[in-house]
Amino acid sequence: MSDAPMLSIADLNAWYDESHVLHGIGLEIREGECVTLLGRNGAGKSTTLKSIMGLVPRRAGSIRFQGIDLIAARPDQIGRAGIGFCPEDRGIFSGLTVEENLLLPPVIGPGGMSLDDIYSLFPNLRERGKSAGTKLSGGEQQMLAIARILRTGARLLLFDEPTEGLAPVIVQQIAAMIGEIKRRGFTILLVEQNFRFASQLADRHYLIEHGQVVDMITRDQLPEKQETLHQRLGI
Amino acid sequence: MMMIFGKPAPLLFGQLLLGIINGSFYAMLSLGLAIIFGLLRVINFAHGALFMVGAFVTWGLFHYVGIGFWPALLIAPVIVASLGLGIERGLIRFTYKLDILYGLLLTFGLALVLEGLFTNGFGSSGVAYNAPDLLSGVVNLGFMFLPVYRGFVIFAAIVICTAVWFIIEKTRLGALLRAATENPSLVQAFGVNVPRLIALTFAGGVGLAGLAGVLAAPLYSVNPNMGSALIDTVFAVVVIGGMGSIGGAILTGFGLGIIQGFTEVFYPPASSVVVFAVMAIVLLTRPAGLFGKAA
Repeated sequence: MSDAPMLSIADLNAWYDESHVLHGIGLEIREGECVTLLGRNGAGKSTTLKSIMGLVPRRAGSIRFQGIDLIAARPDQIGRAGIGFCPEDRGIFSGLTVEENLLLPPVIGPGGMSLDDIYSLFPNLRERGKSAGTKLSGGEQQMLAIARILRTGARLLLFDEPTEGLAPVIVQQIAAMIGEIKRRGFTILLVEQNFRFASQLADRHYLIEHGQVVDMITRDQLPEKQETLHQRLGI
Repeated sequence: MMMIFGKPAPLLFGQLLLGIINGSFYAMLSLGLAIIFGLLRVINFAHGALFMVGAFVTWGLFHYVGIGFWPALLIAPVIVASLGLGIERGLIRFTYKLDILYGLLLTFGLALVLEGLFTNGFGSSGVAYNAPDLLSGVVNLGFMFLPVYRGFVIFAAIVICTAVWFIIEKTRLGALLRAATENPSLVQAFGVNVPRLIALTFAGGVGLAGLAGVLAAPLYSVNPNMGSALIDTVFAVVVIGGMGSIGGAILTGFGLGIIQGFTEVFYPPASSVVVFAVMAIVLLTRPAGLFGKAA
């Protein structure tokens, strides 16, 4: 692992119209890490991911990715810089087939997975290639949303609640897939409500409340911090 | 004389041909409108005026520069598309964050300005443009006489519509367009320059109107109002086919042209309203249009 973080965010503020949602978020992710953002509904976790991608109306602060400041960049420039985004609603296009959905994000650099690799990780997607993207089950749609950002060469992946609304057995499959993706050297920033799922995968957790980071917990600290987490997350 | 449904066969076939010719232009124009509406959510009222500009550019290329029909098929659409690019970058893009009515009013105003400028420059009676020698004359099909140029227009319209359908539905560029129609911000986050895609789509859509204008020049009188005469029907075609549906625009365009042609034979007074009667029936029974997805 190199010394400089892959992504470092400082004093990140974001607004939707008049409402001020993020109040100075600061966090760092090193290459190869899996980091989660934990917090209650409305704490600003998803907005943090959207702000990194430039998908909020207004944002300020500093977002440095591999040494480049992205705070003034357009979403397409941020995507091209090497950040892959898997949105909360999964963002599967109903007017496109499964295969078209998978091949839609342009390749932005080397280091992406080959299509064969992706199909061996997600065998369902090969069989369903010609059907409409939204004809898939919820779990398959989630896998498609994950799979399509693996082949572009993006090395930092943002996942927004990949287990939302899925059956426990599917959640375990998704956990295994994200674990495999991490083993392949991708860096992952994960937003999750499902704490058990997140604790299986993550090296570190940032606890977010009211648009601010209130605590940072490493995997080793989890047992001793269990009590605080339960109170703060209400789990 | 052979009779079909109590009408002389030559009359019937003649009107059928006219219907298919009109349908060709409905299809080509509604195609561009549907593509533009799908991605930009702009109801482009300037579409007919840009069709007219395409016809005038064709005439001007020959009249002033001596460039004939065949090169004009390529040059005139490029000129109209460039004009479209300027209109999108200079004007229309400022309406995206506003209510859809602003884009409609802006393009409606643009249409009036363009028609006014051409009326001022060339008068309202129009100018004449001849079909190229290769396509002049008539062939005897046995059951009717077919002017060669009209046959060419139908052939060209089918080729153009099929090509555009193929690009939108079967290519990577088309997949990007369809995806950006659904969720532009996600497509942009994937690294696609969506504002540029939108500008080029508008240029491409009005370029199609320009191309239709070239094909129309030898057929109709090239005059400043030739676009507004067609555009009402073309909007009805887009609505009947389903807003934003490419295949729907093509099939409805040809279909309505034919229906209009037959109405001309059997009950001429209804021929100018039949399209709108069909539109009313379709909207009552299928509000999203024949080929549209429910909104």
